[in-house]
Amino acid sequence: MSAVVQLEEIHKIYHSGEVPVHAVRGVSLSIDRGEFVAIMGASGSGKSTLMNLLGCLDRPTQGRYLLDGIDVSGLDRNQLADIRNQKLGFVFQGFNLLSRTTALENVELPMLYGARKLSSRQMREKAMRNLELVGLGKRADHFPSQLSGGQQQRVAIARALINDPQILLADEPTGNLDSKTSVEIMGVFQKLNDEGITIVMVTHELDIAHYCKRNLIMRDGRLVSDVRVTDRLIATDELRKIQEAEAAAKLTA
Amino acid sequence: MRFLSTILVALRALRRNALRSVLTALGIIIGVGAVIAMVSIGNGAKSQVEASIASLGQNIVSVFPGTSTTGGMRGGWGSASSLTVDDMLAIREEVIGAVAVSPEIRDRTQILANGLNWNSQISGVDTNILEIRSWTIAEGAMFTDNDVRSGAKVCVIGNTVAQQLFAELDPIGQTLRLRNVPFKVVGVLGAKGFNYFGQDQDDIVFIPYTSHLRHIARRQFLNSILIQAFSPEHMPRIQQDVADLLTQRRNGREPDFTVRNQLELAEAATATTKTMTVLLGAIAGVSLIVGGIGIMNIMLVSVTERTREIGIRLAVGAHGRDVLLQFLTEAIILSVMGGALGILLGIGSSQLISTLNGWPVLVSTPAVVGAVVFSAAIGIFFGFYPARKAASLDPIEALRYE
Repeated sequence: MSAVVQLEEIHKIYHSGEVPVHAVRGVSLSIDRGEFVAIMGASGSGKSTLMNLLGCLDRPTQGRYLLDGIDVSGLDRNQLADIRNQKLGFVFQGFNLLSRTTALENVELPMLYGARKLSSRQMREKAMRNLELVGLGKRADHFPSQLSGGQQQRVAIARALINDPQILLADEPTGNLDSKTSVEIMGVFQKLNDEGITIVMVTHELDIAHYCKRNLIMRDGRLVSDVRVTDRLIATDELRKIQEAEAAAKLTA
Repeated sequence: MRFLSTILVALRALRRNALRSVLTALGIIIGVGAVIAMVSIGNGAKSQVEASIASLGQNIVSVFPGTSTTGGMRGGWGSASSLTVDDMLAIREEVIGAVAVSPEIRDRTQILANGLNWNSQISGVDTNILEIRSWTIAEGAMFTDNDVRSGAKVCVIGNTVAQQLFAELDPIGQTLRLRNVPFKVVGVLGAKGFNYFGQDQDDIVFIPYTSHLRHIARRQFLNSILIQAFSPEHMPRIQQDVADLLTQRRNGREPDFTVRNQLELAEAATATTKTMTVLLGAIAGVSLIVGGIGIMNIMLVSVTERTREIGIRLAVGAHGRDVLLQFLTEAIILSVMGGALGILLGIGSSQLISTLNGWPVLVSTPAVVGAVVFSAAIGIFFGFYPARKAASLDPIEALRYE
């Protein structure tokens, strides 16, 4: 049983307005350890809702969700918070760092909640290691306002990994970044995935999805496609191509 | 350890918006400062009154002629002239716990001495009047028990009388004529100043009561009997014993005397200042409530502003209770620091008022402790609703907040 995520006939219905919104209609899905999945879909397809359900930020109206073998579909608010703390890591489109807090403190944040077993010194060391992992060891005491978009997203990734989660969930992680930085970030994800971390990300950009290994497409709340990526892009190669193009441009301009 | 880090996180959050934090705490600072200042001034006034009354002597039970005691109100003078020396002697003999008993016979008359004259009060008393009424002798000596026994024509004069009649001269050995009877001055009393009722306590002449009855008084009755009790706890009992004894001596006749307890007198006098203190404190307390509302207001704004931050914390695993504690701690820190600064402000301003106006001030420790506790309570009470609002945010909604 190496399935980290097991969704069985998941439904989500919102009753916010007059008409109930059936955002997710019977999705069944299995994700194994070490996978690198992209979920794509148009606006309103239900991909964000599915992501929220996967991330235990929300509970399904119907169906079962087994995360690492545990049925999380019926847990209460506090139990879900603990699951998010211990088993999941989040990366958002808007980075969502605490603004007047240093990068190091941002990375430490998840360790402040849940079962605290580390001393403050141990927390600091662990956070430093994660920052070095994403290449930001020298900027530990910078504030988010002093970091570029790509650097902020890398801090967010370091934070997401701090409690050694089962899955890394990313919601449009490159949405606010330029094309070159997007490739850099995908490079970080690929490196992490090569080391065994399971990654599930939502994106609406096709080329970004091609950095992943498995592509799912959602439409009208249903999974309509589930394919392995054949012509996979490798970030390091793409970056090299971009650098060569830039160098060429400088030579000729 | 979680507790300490919660406080640190809260302090950091308050420091990010330092000016706003100070302005919010200002309500509490002023409120607490006002309460402390008002209560200190009120306490100072009360202690001044109490000291004034204490200077009349400690643990005094007084017996006056007139109507019976009805909760402290006595009838006017001139009605029953009814207290006798024998009454006084009986009390001295039979009442247990009466440490010293002295009669008092009062007459106002013109005093002639040294070619000058002065109108003053003559009091016929026993030698123990000094300890009963906490008088000291500044010069010379008090008249003796022998003087009392023999009805000697000697006197001890108060500082004002000495000043008015003898000025630079040494009064000891001089002669005063009281209603044309010569009395020799044997002592001068230590100065006491004006009392709570505005009377000059030093404008007095003490003579042996026996001499007073023989030479000065127009009636053979006492104006009052003063009894010094063994301790404050004994006073009510002594009061009752004296009343019973005198009633018994009247043999069924209408009781024509009043027994008063000094504590009653003190309480009546301080009742006004107590009411004033409570009233001022209450008004100041209202400003504390307003300060608390200010805290709640700002905390609500803060929670709305930091919706995204709350969402992030919830998303990475904070429980609702963690968020509640975080914001509640901020509110409590605001109010307690406001309280501490308010106490300093209150003490400082009451000292300033004291120096400027000459009013005494007494900072009471219970008021200070109460202020700290109350300001913490305000922080908890007014901070709770915003904190709970923060804790019950939905993480998805919160993360989407612009």
